[in-house]
Amino acid sequence: MADKIYSTRLQDKLERNSFLMLIMLMVLLSVGGLVEIVPLFYLKDTMEHNQHPEVLWQRKPGMTLADWKAGDGVRPYTPLEQAGRDVYIREGCYLCHSQMIRPFRDEKERYGHYSLASESMYDHPFQWGSKRTGPDLARVGGKYSDEWHISHLLAPRSVVPESVMPNYPWLEKNMIDGEQLTKNLRGLKAVGVAYSDDDIARAQAEVQGKTELQGVVAFLQVLGTMVKFEEGKEYRD
Amino acid sequence: MGTTQVKYDFEVVKWFSVMAVVYLVVGTLIGVYIASELAWPFLNFDIPQISFGRLRPLHTNAVIFAFGGCTLMATAFYSVQRTGSTSLWSNKMAWLTFWGWNLVIVSAVITLPLGLTQSKEYAELEWPIDILIAAVWLMFSFNFMMTVAKRKTSHIYVSNWFFMGMMVMITYLHVVNSLAIPVSLFKSYSVFSGVQDAMIQWWWGHNAVGFYLTAGFLGIMYYFVPKQTGRPIFSYRLSVLHFWTLMFGYVWLGAHHLQYTALPDWTGSLGAAVSLAMIIPSWGGAMNGMMTLSGAWDKLRTDYILRFMVVSLAFYAMSTFEGPVMAVKTVNALSHYTDWTIGHVHSGALGWVVMISAGAIYHMVTRLWNTEMFSAKLVNLHFWMATVGAVIYVTAMWVSGIMQGLMWRDYDEFGTLSYTFAESVAAMHPYYVMRAVGGLIFFSGAVVMLFNVLMTIRSTSPASSMRAIPVTP
Repeated sequence: MADKIYSTRLQDKLERNSFLMLIMLMVLLSVGGLVEIVPLFYLKDTMEHNQHPEVLWQRKPGMTLADWKAGDGVRPYTPLEQAGRDVYIREGCYLCHSQMIRPFRDEKERYGHYSLASESMYDHPFQWGSKRTGPDLARVGGKYSDEWHISHLLAPRSVVPESVMPNYPWLEKNMIDGEQLTKNLRGLKAVGVAYSDDDIARAQAEVQGKTELQGVVAFLQVLGTMVKFEEGKEYRD
Repeated sequence: MGTTQVKYDFEVVKWFSVMAVVYLVVGTLIGVYIASELAWPFLNFDIPQISFGRLRPLHTNAVIFAFGGCTLMATAFYSVQRTGSTSLWSNKMAWLTFWGWNLVIVSAVITLPLGLTQSKEYAELEWPIDILIAAVWLMFSFNFMMTVAKRKTSHIYVSNWFFMGMMVMITYLHVVNSLAIPVSLFKSYSVFSGVQDAMIQWWWGHNAVGFYLTAGFLGIMYYFVPKQTGRPIFSYRLSVLHFWTLMFGYVWLGAHHLQYTALPDWTGSLGAAVSLAMIIPSWGGAMNGMMTLSGAWDKLRTDYILRFMVVSLAFYAMSTFEGPVMAVKTVNALSHYTDWTIGHVHSGALGWVVMISAGAIYHMVTRLWNTEMFSAKLVNLHFWMATVGAVIYVTAMWVSGIMQGLMWRDYDEFGTLSYTFAESVAAMHPYYVMRAVGGLIFFSGAVVMLFNVLMTIRSTSPASSMRAIPVTP
């Protein structure tokens, strides 16, 4: 009985040999991921700046991050913005706010131009999100005043009565740790963010005496303002 | 055969089983709390550690890794011994796995409320814990596979194929998705960024569901459903088909989480196409489980444990139909970013994963302690609470999700957007309350289960549970 083959010879062999089954699984399970992920690192049309170089900030030697103006193109976050981004991640903002606008009419009117892949090229990790319990934030920069953001972060229902967002009073009390931030920026540089040594050296002084609240506001205010979009231009095929 | 006695290593299985039920209670309790925070935001109490954004990862980690993980380890270690008529390759290693896994869970409970997170959904834990997870997972997998290798039977039983597939894939996913550069003890940055990071995260995210919560629990289904019904699995051929198509196909689905985003169109469409095809293996598997009962349907009237299994298969069939539908681009355009996704996840998690687990754990408890459940009525009560709770939860999220999607894209007669975002938030309130109520009922069912399991264990004498269990093929 034990020798009888109930299926194919290959299947029977696999069922009798655990090592063979393991190898077969290891090969089969790697296919989907390899096909879908690896090309994203190599295909030129994945990142829009390969066709439209103006999407990126063309930084000339000697320029600091402060020389950048809104619309000049994608650049790394300033130390203050990055400190705010770290807080954004720590508080789990991405669980309720997406940062990825889809190319639909209603999203364009509500949030702005659809998001480009190049816009998040320095985002380690990405913050596209998966849920909009609150609105998308990909282009929230410049839509509200700093004062509005401060009131909203400290007590959301004071400015938006329908909101279900938690209050974040502790952001006002926590100071940004410049030493840790310097280490963080070095780490980001190591994974490929285009910081110069000068950017990192300036970091500690730039966030001196700043609160986490100021960091988050700076981060929110830069979101979506880096690229200047031309009306009618197609950035993705 | 009848006289052969095998000494199985069941002590560690007992501990995993009990801890699974404990973590089910804890995980669903946190779930009810964060659901309530969305309905009544004052519940955040301005305390950082319990604010929604920090507790939500704790909820997902508690149910997936604490509850799901302990269930998988209990059932895998239990069934691999019984299907192979052999003890574990290493009982010591199994205990190390138990303590290691619980250490991971304790670390999660401490670090996540402190805001120490990598922000990758279901992979939030920081790098030192990631390394610990990898070590414990490899230990679990190695021990399992060595036990399969030393089995006394000629063929590897189908449940073990599914467990093996899960072990390989979760290793791949966890290692690649967690690649990061540490900058301090509890802070690191992913080596990937933007679009590549998004694809890798959802390759992980969907397969945490596809392999951890589906393949692993299908392993449970293939062992425990035939055991509980006392009938062989309906079709061997269907299980072969189910297994290999599921293994090959599931890996591709992650891309459907990123439709219409900055991910290239080819990737999203590929993910959607394979998603549609997945209806075939998924329904094949669900049929295979269901039809195992054919000729024994009358048992559903008296066997409450079997009820859990049958309803879990019904939920499995429903969610695996809903999933491909939501992967279709036109549907996804509406459903993405809404509560519909949350509803879909919970019809799978509450309906399929918890129900099949409850069935398996009740089954194991009676065998491991060699007794009957303390109260069959309470098993039945748990069954109804779980079913009613899950249905209320899922229905609330369907309605709120579709409503959100429709409100966001609605235009008035003048061609302007009909609703502000805030109006859509306000409209969700009744459904968020309803969801919290459904969750509360489901959670209370879990408490009933914990009570019943503990009372069952208390009422057995140590001697009866020590008895070696005769081999049953």
